[in-house]
Amino acid sequence: MTNHWVDIKNANLVLIMGGNAAEAHPCGFKWVIEAKKHNKAQLIVVDPRFTRSAAMSDLYAPLRAGTDIAFLGGVLNYLLSHDRIQHEYVRAYTNAPFLVGEGYKFEDGLFSGYDESRRRYDNASWGYELDDKGQAKVDPTMQHERCVLQVMKRHYSRYTPEMVSRITGTPQEQFLKVCEQIASTAVPGRSMTILYALGWTQHSTGTQMIRAGALVQLLLGNIGVAGGGMNALRGHSNIQGLTDLGLLSNSLPGYLSLATDGEQNLDAYYKTRALKPLRPNQMSYWQNYPKFFVSLQKAWWGDAATAQNQWAFEYLPKIDKLYDVLQAFELMSQGRLNGYICQGFNPVGSFPNKKKIVAGLSKLKYLVVIDPLNTETAEFWRSHGELNDVQTQSIATTVFRLPSTCFAEETGSLTNSGRWLQWHWQGADPPGEARGDAAIIGGLFQRIRSLYEREGGAFPDPIVKLTWPYKIPHSPSPEELAMEYNGKALADVVDPKAAGKVLARAGEQLAGFGQLRDDGSTAAGCWLFTGCWPQAGNQMARRDNSDPWGMGQTPNWAWSWPANRRILYNAASAAPDGKPWDPAHKVVRWNGSAWSGTDVPDIQADADPAASDRVQPFIMTAEGVARLFAPTGLADGPLPEHYEPFESPLGNLMHPGNAKVRANPAARVFKGDLEAFGQPKEFPYVATSYRLTEHFHYWTKNVQTSAIIQPEQFVEIGEELARDKGIRNGDRVKVSSNRGHIKAVALVTQRIPQLTCDGRKIDTVGLPNHWGFVGVARPGYLVNSLTPFVGDANAQTPEFKSFIVNIERA
Amino acid sequence: MASLQSLDIDARSATTLPSPQVRTAGKEVAKLIDVSTCIGCKACQVACMQWNDLRDDVGHVVGVYDNPADLSAQSWTVMRFSEVKTRKDAQAADTPANTSLEWLIRKDGCMHCADPGCLRACPAPGAIVKYSNGIVDFIEENCIGCGNCVTGCPFDIPRLSNADNKAYKCTLCSDRVAVGQEPACVKACPTGAIQFGSKEDMLDYGRERLVDLRERGYAQAGLYDPPGVGGTHVVYVLQHADRPGLYHGLAEDPRVSPWVALWKGAAKPIALLALLGATLAGFFHYMKVGPVREPDDEDPPPPPPEHDTPRAAARPETLP
Repeated sequence: MTNHWVDIKNANLVLIMGGNAAEAHPCGFKWVIEAKKHNKAQLIVVDPRFTRSAAMSDLYAPLRAGTDIAFLGGVLNYLLSHDRIQHEYVRAYTNAPFLVGEGYKFEDGLFSGYDESRRRYDNASWGYELDDKGQAKVDPTMQHERCVLQVMKRHYSRYTPEMVSRITGTPQEQFLKVCEQIASTAVPGRSMTILYALGWTQHSTGTQMIRAGALVQLLLGNIGVAGGGMNALRGHSNIQGLTDLGLLSNSLPGYLSLATDGEQNLDAYYKTRALKPLRPNQMSYWQNYPKFFVSLQKAWWGDAATAQNQWAFEYLPKIDKLYDVLQAFELMSQGRLNGYICQGFNPVGSFPNKKKIVAGLSKLKYLVVIDPLNTETAEFWRSHGELNDVQTQSIATTVFRLPSTCFAEETGSLTNSGRWLQWHWQGADPPGEARGDAAIIGGLFQRIRSLYEREGGAFPDPIVKLTWPYKIPHSPSPEELAMEYNGKALADVVDPKAAGKVLARAGEQLAGFGQLRDDGSTAAGCWLFTGCWPQAGNQMARRDNSDPWGMGQTPNWAWSWPANRRILYNAASAAPDGKPWDPAHKVVRWNGSAWSGTDVPDIQADADPAASDRVQPFIMTAEGVARLFAPTGLADGPLPEHYEPFESPLGNLMHPGNAKVRANPAARVFKGDLEAFGQPKEFPYVATSYRLTEHFHYWTKNVQTSAIIQPEQFVEIGEELARDKGIRNGDRVKVSSNRGHIKAVALVTQRIPQLTCDGRKIDTVGLPNHWGFVGVARPGYLVNSLTPFVGDANAQTPEFKSFIVNIERA
Repeated sequence: MASLQSLDIDARSATTLPSPQVRTAGKEVAKLIDVSTCIGCKACQVACMQWNDLRDDVGHVVGVYDNPADLSAQSWTVMRFSEVKTRKDAQAADTPANTSLEWLIRKDGCMHCADPGCLRACPAPGAIVKYSNGIVDFIEENCIGCGNCVTGCPFDIPRLSNADNKAYKCTLCSDRVAVGQEPACVKACPTGAIQFGSKEDMLDYGRERLVDLRERGYAQAGLYDPPGVGGTHVVYVLQHADRPGLYHGLAEDPRVSPWVALWKGAAKPIALLALLGATLAGFFHYMKVGPVREPDDEDPPPPPPEHDTPRAAARPETLP
């Protein structure tokens, strides 16, 4: 979230799209209710299903699964063509006035630079037009035909209400009602928050769906303000923490990234990461990348990381491609990956095309499952009849099960969607032989290191020289780990602006990432978390919920990254003169000599707004402003464009003549998976998979009370489809895709509307995904027997939310 | 609840003796269920199971989200999901433009009537009590399993257990309330849709919600506190208070069943008269004919007198 849970109460309008907050985030949803009760907020829900969130809405609009960019493109067109944007904000705080280079083109559904054979873009032509000093050219009048605003206007002019309705199936009248409500927040003093979740991320165009939402918010001036923002509601209690700590194949802690194989030295590595400003005087905060990176290397390898060895840069792997989960299972199925550790991960349940996942695991030499509960992954080799139809005797994989702890059995911090690191305390000892994850990994590491010490190996240094300062080496404590993430001074850290002033003595915990150095004098395991455990102690354990401004900022409750800042980009909550857009919801303001307010200002503290070439609030970009048009950073285009899901009953109505752009042309598709896509003739219905309130993913089917309140697998279909197929409420049905089938009870409902897209009736099959062959709920089929093995072009998040199936009475 | 009594009893089934009344009378309590902010998450159902140590069977899907599918001796509250096509304003023209789908989600369970039909119907002394704070509670150790409470309830709430043949229902967590805590469902509710406090405060709060709902176009929004049962200690905020039946058949105008009214109303004095008549007839028969004599002198001692009957006959009906 750019903002945080409590801040939702400050919204005038709440748009839930690509998520179902009432269903999947019932506790956080209280703040939507609060906004409705006490801020007269309206709630709009846009979703293929009339969800529990929709049940709470003031306005609901249906759309076909996977067509969100078409819908949002239509909203962008509405805002731009009706001139319902916040002009001053857009001019000052976005790249709307920036000139795009002459090489940029968008033709027939493809952006310039496309290489069909590799399904990749070369983004060289997407850059700004630069002046002779290497700075981006701007047109403050925003009239130049190549300025971003005009490029956007042209791009989205195609998304007319008629076209939107043809693609999405949303009746025009409802679509326009939504547009009108959204547009009402273009004025200062009215804010809209967008709440989204996996309903956006789990598409082959997921990243661009989220960007489309962000573009709407930027045009309306809703980023950085109270009650605004782009708010990703995370699906696990600590999935934000996972992302922050970089537990993805190409990531390092704090959104640093692994080097690619073309970047074999530090200079090459920094070149695309420590970005120089593209406009005069901008902070371009990633210029500090070396400070974050060197501090990380010092935290990991201590004295072994020196200036001479480029801070042990050689210890890090250089990747030739992404090694995301889809890639891992592709390699497994090719027999090229033969050991796998699942730590709190149940891919047989959670990843697409179960057949391929199980086939991959069956080829492994060993599989380690670290989990507090039994999982389908740990049981993948066991036949459960039709639910898991495997030949056990033909599987030679050795499975090790290491029981770990549940959240109440451990101490530590969880990072919520609102970026708060909240410390919690162990409530009970784990049962039996279960150990915490740190103890399991610590124990493994001790053994692996002594093996390397005894026997050597191809490259033992990164293992044997790893810093391991924990008092109990086989069981690092949560406190030790948290202090390590925060970081400490290895030598005295002095203030560069005041000679001789020592900011932190050697050995002291650091107060903030501003104290990090690239000379090896500081160590920090995650720069973004620096400040969570300074000399003053554990800030995450703070429980003072006083709210001095009545805006829900509670600055002394837990600790929020970065720098205890509660609302990101909050300097954009003030107009270019430094005064808040909305005096009733002051976040930060310029007081004549410094920035201050209800939050930690997200800008250089002494950046005078009256200065020529003022420091702009989007400090992380090289431009200093937000990117409506993204010259870099995206695999599939600088502007969001509608493409159909990989499996869809329709062609791309935007580009009917170009089969290459029916689905996202830059998404990675493995060869065998392309062939496993189904055809609409055989599988005519749109399917979408999702969670229910009563369960959490595949875990709570192990919990008796959850099993009681939602006991048995079902699929949801609309009344029209039920009539067509002769299915009655409560009948057993078989749902099949080109990859497998499931059987479940049919729940016939008015809540899944039949839509008319391009003159065709489109029916949707809803697939709640909580059942499996392990647990105390009634055994069921894994919904991911059906889903396609393809992911988002940027994040590789699988396309669980839109594919095609057939349904018949079982 | 059982006999660890910490609340004064206002009324007791099949009993006319007054119960102890020395405790300072507190205010009448109420639980307010704001249907317009209920997301149907069923946290209340789980809290109820956990606090009361109840575990129903892992059941089946019956074509709706309602699970367990009905109230039972193990499920004292269940969510009822109703898909209805409505007009926000019933006065508006009945056109598709004014009509929209609503998913009305109502937490069902005991309403804790001020005039509880179950208590009136119950023949077992002390099996059903109404505390002075308004909570209606079943004291299972006194329950004889006759099922009259089921018949007597205008909301179809009590359920007989197959395991012990006694009747069960929501206690409004009388054990928690007695020690100053809110009911478990209220504590668990994530959106604040379930509120608890004095009935007065709950009605005040409910009226605030109505202002909001009417501003959002629900012209018929209202509180459900039906007078036919003397009002209830569970109060609903309904978007369509003019049509409670939309909410999974919530009773439009609940009243204590006329049969129960007859049984404890008109029929009771008649029965008492008959009883008195029989006693008098016996007395006169004795005076006239004298005691029945057995040929043998070794008579067993007479049975102890039935205390309740003559006293009950002598006292006026105190139940409301």
